Amino acid sequence: MAPPPHRRPGFSRRAQYGLFASYVIAMAGTVVAAFLLAISIADPAGFSALRAAAAEITAPVARLFSNIGDITRNVSGNASAYINAASKNATLEKQVRAQQVKVIEAKALRVENARLRGLLKLKEQSPQQVAIGRLISSTASSTRRVATLSIGQTSGVQRAQPVRGPSGLIGRVIETGPTTARVLLVSDSENLVPVMRVSDGLPAFSAGLGNGLVIIKPLNLGESPFKVGDVIVTSGNGGLYMPNIPFARVIRKTSDGALALPFADPGNTPYAVVMKPYLNAARTAQQTVAPDGKAKEVAE
Amino acid sequence: MKIPVNAIRLPTRPGREYESRFDREQSLLKMLAIPIASVVIASMITALPIFTAEPLLPPFGLLMFLSWRLMRPGLLPVWSGVPFGLVDDLFSGQPFGSAGLLWSLAMLVIEIIDSRAIWRDHVQDWLIAAILIAAILFGGLWITALAHAAAQPVVLVPQILLSILLYPLVVRICARLDSWRLAT
Repeated sequence: MAPPPHRRPGFSRRAQYGLFASYVIAMAGTVVAAFLLAISIADPAGFSALRAAAAEITAPVARLFSNIGDITRNVSGNASAYINAASKNATLEKQVRAQQVKVIEAKALRVENARLRGLLKLKEQSPQQVAIGRLISSTASSTRRVATLSIGQTSGVQRAQPVRGPSGLIGRVIETGPTTARVLLVSDSENLVPVMRVSDGLPAFSAGLGNGLVIIKPLNLGESPFKVGDVIVTSGNGGLYMPNIPFARVIRKTSDGALALPFADPGNTPYAVVMKPYLNAARTAQQTVAPDGKAKEVAE
Repeated sequence: MKIPVNAIRLPTRPGREYESRFDREQSLLKMLAIPIASVVIASMITALPIFTAEPLLPPFGLLMFLSWRLMRPGLLPVWSGVPFGLVDDLFSGQPFGSAGLLWSLAMLVIEIIDSRAIWRDHVQDWLIAAILIAAILFGGLWITALAHAAAQPVVLVPQILLSILLYPLVVRICARLDSWRLAT
């Protein structure tokens, strides 16, 4: 459709000034937006209160749809479980019998482990849960990979707490509202996680690629030591994530590292556990010197 | 003579066939609220539980905004990119102000195009929207890279293609909303 001929509003002074004013406001608005953007680049957490308020407003709808999605997923899961039920039952029973032996061995190992730890006077590091919630939405249209959690400050969730699901590490909390929190997923480019290979403890770190995968880079330089199928877990370095949380499986080897697929799929995780930072005291001391995102080089 | 009151009746409205069909006016509220609400609600779609491995969900707020602007020139004022963009920033996860700036620049670009190419058809509008969508999404990634570590630009390509292909559908929705908006 052709635009209305508002550029020549005739002899009406009022119309002429109105048109002029709209262009002035447009320019000024652009400058204001650029200014706000500069503030939020300088201080990425600066407008978190506004974002938290927006998340609080939309959270009820998100919770409702999340519940509906759960119900439909359960129904379809139950229905599909009836197909081939007999043959599935047979294979599962076979697997259970095969794994029973391993379970007994594992129990024996646990007892032995506890005895050895007792000899060494090591204190068992118990996982410390803060609260259990669920992921109710994500920034599916932005290159930032951030999900919204259904619990917030009222449940004790705070910034920089790790979040894990039943199948693996999900990410860490970056912003909190009263009943919602935002979680930086491990697939975000900004999320660096200290990890290790589970078979031999080879230390490495992981960075997100923004497309659902993470890149695993070993600390040692040289040819990539990874093989397809290697299982990566968190190493506990840095004191934020506790060690041995399942993290990712290597799917492709690159020249200096490996591409890996995280175990926890944010769209398919039934619940998310917010945990306390692993070595809380040490980490608090470190945070007082150089908080996350505000680290500065200290002159010697 | 007194009329016995045996039933309380509400005064009935005259039936529609007796109303004048001439010179009726549209509801001012509807005329203003429908474009604004449709863009804001489209921006809020990211609040639904949609999880994608890569950025794949089209920016529906932007599509709706561009559709209104290109389908009904003169309806949205030149400065409207700023408030709509800032609302979109609250839900999109981008740094606050990113869409405010980019949408406002897009409005100014369309304003310039309007003064050059006055009579356009739907395909030309689609082309303009396609270029603007790609530019705004790449610009958003560039802005994210200023504030945070950011992904490679390649991850945006599927989202851009999907958004461009979905634009005609959003224009259809806009046209339906527009006829509802202007109905008397």
